[in-house]
Amino acid sequence: MEKTRGWFGRGLRDGIPVGLGYFAVALTIGITAKRAGFTAFQAMIASMTNLTSAGQFAAFSIIAAGGGYWEVAVMTLVANARYMLMSCSVSQKLDPDARFFHRFFVAQGITDELFGLAIGVPGRLDPRYSYGSTLIATAGWSLGTFFGVLMGEFLPARIVSALSVGLFGMFLAVIIPKARESRIVAALVTVSFLLSYLASRMELLAGISSGVKTIVLTVLISLAAALLFPVKDDKEAEGHEG
Amino acid sequence: MKGNVWIYILVMAAVTYAVRVLPLVLIRREIKNTVVRSFLYYVPYVTLAVMTFPAIMDATTSPWAGLAALVVGMILAWRGKSLFLVAVACCLTVLVLELFLV
Repeated sequence: MEKTRGWFGRGLRDGIPVGLGYFAVALTIGITAKRAGFTAFQAMIASMTNLTSAGQFAAFSIIAAGGGYWEVAVMTLVANARYMLMSCSVSQKLDPDARFFHRFFVAQGITDELFGLAIGVPGRLDPRYSYGSTLIATAGWSLGTFFGVLMGEFLPARIVSALSVGLFGMFLAVIIPKARESRIVAALVTVSFLLSYLASRMELLAGISSGVKTIVLTVLISLAAALLFPVKDDKEAEGHEG
Repeated sequence: MKGNVWIYILVMAAVTYAVRVLPLVLIRREIKNTVVRSFLYYVPYVTLAVMTFPAIMDATTSPWAGLAALVVGMILAWRGKSLFLVAVACCLTVLVLELFLV
């Protein structure tokens, strides 16, 4: 019993900074949700069940642009595809003595930041550690989203404009440190910026939604990179902190 | 909004959960295929980069403020600042610049 509370409590404690950061960034996602036509309650439920910044941002943007269910599904899949690799990695890290059903719940706590925490635990991962950190992170993310939608309604345009870049700041905090470490990632980020800019400004592609462009560009650039610069080192492939 | 909001939420949640749970439940061994591994490894960085630019310039009232936020965010992230700090600095950059630009 004592040990049980220990791991859950550690997860809660380590999850606090993540929860605070999520709260702040979720204000931005709330504004995006509002633009897509979500009420504060609906956006909060979306955040509780999804717990993903890039995925929700992508989905909300597509919904705002009049996208259908399939477009949302594909875009969510692409934006969150990285969780598959993390999920594989967590499956190796999980305590082999943990019962099988835990895997269904541990899965919900796979985000860039929570994954970073889980992988940082010395030795094997006790599922209860994940439950603690996921609980705090979900609370911060959902409440932040809720208030973000409300604030979007009452705040002056000046503040909303400023808050709307918070999420991009979070994206940068994930990709740039990796770009510093790896020249290949740095080159990929540059190429992605350039092609994304061209795709968004070219008259020829004006009829294609931004979500579809993101999907196509992501798959093309990543596939080219995987073929040209295969990652051989196991350690490097696991080093996706966020 | 073209469809029903609850169906949208259900679709988003179902896809996201599937991506998270399937490898944990199905693939209990490590993925060996180098191309698949490399592809999965590169996808997050590429998709986040594609989603960030030029969207950051279209999100703000003044595109120049958005561009400045991108530069500030990149510098701070390069220096290893936390997610929270980078996000807040980007917001402040836009807030201050738009006092003059808008």
